[in-house]
Amino acid sequence: MMKSPGLKIYTIAYLVFLYAPIALLPIFAFNDSRVIAFPLAGFTTNWFVEMWNDQQLWIAFKNSMTIAVSSALFATLFGIFAARASTRYNFPGKPGIIGLIMLPLVLPEMIVSMALLVILIGIGVPLSIFTIILGHVLICTPYAVAILSSAFSSLDRSLEEAAYDLGETRASTFRLIILPLVMPGIISSLLISFTISLDEFIIAYFLGGNQTVLSVYIFGQFRFPQKVPAIMALGFVLVCISILLLTIAEYFRRRGIAKTGGKDTGGFL
Amino acid sequence: MTTTQRPTMIEFRDVHKYYGDYHALRGINATIRAGEFFSLLGPSGCGKTTLLRTIAGFEDISSGAVLIDSKHMQGVPANKRPTNMVFQSYAIFPHLTVEENVGFGLRRDPRSAAEKAMAVGEALEMVGLKGYGKRAAHALSGGQRQRVALARALILKPKVLLLDEPLSALDKKMREQMQVELIKLQRQVGITFILVTHDQEEALVMSDRIAVMFEGQIAQLADPETLYRRPNSRKVADFIGTMNFLPAQVLSENGTVEVEAAGLGRFALSADQVMGGSTGEGATVGFRPETATILFEGQTATDRESMATIEEVVYYGDMTYYDVRFDGVAAPMRLSMRNVFGRPVLDIGTRARVGWSPGALVLFR
Repeated sequence: MMKSPGLKIYTIAYLVFLYAPIALLPIFAFNDSRVIAFPLAGFTTNWFVEMWNDQQLWIAFKNSMTIAVSSALFATLFGIFAARASTRYNFPGKPGIIGLIMLPLVLPEMIVSMALLVILIGIGVPLSIFTIILGHVLICTPYAVAILSSAFSSLDRSLEEAAYDLGETRASTFRLIILPLVMPGIISSLLISFTISLDEFIIAYFLGGNQTVLSVYIFGQFRFPQKVPAIMALGFVLVCISILLLTIAEYFRRRGIAKTGGKDTGGFL
Repeated sequence: MTTTQRPTMIEFRDVHKYYGDYHALRGINATIRAGEFFSLLGPSGCGKTTLLRTIAGFEDISSGAVLIDSKHMQGVPANKRPTNMVFQSYAIFPHLTVEENVGFGLRRDPRSAAEKAMAVGEALEMVGLKGYGKRAAHALSGGQRQRVALARALILKPKVLLLDEPLSALDKKMREQMQVELIKLQRQVGITFILVTHDQEEALVMSDRIAVMFEGQIAQLADPETLYRRPNSRKVADFIGTMNFLPAQVLSENGTVEVEAAGLGRFALSADQVMGGSTGEGATVGFRPETATILFEGQTATDRESMATIEEVVYYGDMTYYDVRFDGVAAPMRLSMRNVFGRPVLDIGTRARVGWSPGALVLFR
């Protein structure tokens, strides 16, 4: 285990630096003062009430949900196609095509957003929730492909052949055998894509037009110091939802591995 | 009943298979008879699994024809062929129970649910898994998965059951037990079984007939005894069991073949003992380790006798292997002797008389 005390101190410092700011969210979300500073003034749930009554926030929230759910669905659907193709079939130019699909993973979002903005304006597509979805599908698909490829490649090919050999068609084999076995991967992919889309700022800011989403709305509210405690409350709620979603995703990933009798090679949590 | 009178079940007519430039099957011609336990035996990469998969319909052939029960299989997909397969990995559906696995092929069967459930029960009983129906398939042991795979394939009453190295994942004891069970099962259901294996012992134990394959071709197709006693080439002889080879010269051919071999002297062989298939080093005679015996004091040879020196002794309990060098021969020959109570195991360096018989020899030239 850890032998050197230096490494131990480093590790603790690292974790504190990483998570202490997040720990501030619940502290100030319940602090009875508009000023974000110590010492604490007392306990209150007023900021949650204020958040709840904010009509602008609700609009942004609904927009964000629409975008995140749509992006997750499309990214996962495309991910299924790409993962299936990359693990089962050989076709000319396969490494290049898969590489292009995975590229947004390492491409700065700034560049993606600028390029999309120029093209969308150029061809005259009005900026809206739909254009944000387009951008989010683009950046979520590589994650979906990565998750689903591992789900598809851990499938024994003879399972498909066995079902086919026993009289099923290609389509019914996919439905009866492949889909149930990769379902944990599909659920993981949906949840991760959803989270990425919900968090995303740059594309949402560039391609949103006058439609506000949660991340952009939160950023805007920081201009008004009296609004900050309510944003802290909102942040706390979002942290809780994120942890919940990631836990569910990890649960399904592990269950998938256990189901197909595979070996755990590390995951998100 | 001997299998020779049975009708043909599968026929390969000059089957070729290419993977790009790689010539995987190079002109396979063979017939497999109905109700036969047939094995495709060969080292890995010899094309035996590819050939099996052309029967199942998982591989298209490049040219030639595969016929099942006199019907051309060209263009018939795997799900429409009268064959079922037991996969090397068993391919048990991990998200289904044992009975859902076994009954999987009955999904399109018009029979009532109760009748199907009965068929599943019977299939499970046949493979010795009665009462296991409700278990989760992923929780089974290797041997149990094997049985589920068998029941799942046999429930459709295929004309041909294809087995792709089904025993290779089992430990030795389990494997030997399953060999016997498979033979019994095959006799019971009477279905043509085609087994792919790289294990020559397994093929000898289980099969009515064996096709030995090398490099995409069938080298010899025969029953186990012929294959063992009369291999038609040195390669087959080497692959199946152990065979000793001595350089030889053919002196005359006149009905019988007169041969002189180093260490053994002159002898005559009948025509059926003469094979082609030498490996280019000229003619050789071969004999199996158990067909020659060391003669102890007071024993006389039933046929011929040659002098040799013992070079190596390997004691196996029930058997002793002796490597002996015949006078005038460079390479040692392996003899296997059954140990008899009260008879000593001989020491290295002992001079010994070796009894042998020309009838047990095979000439490759």
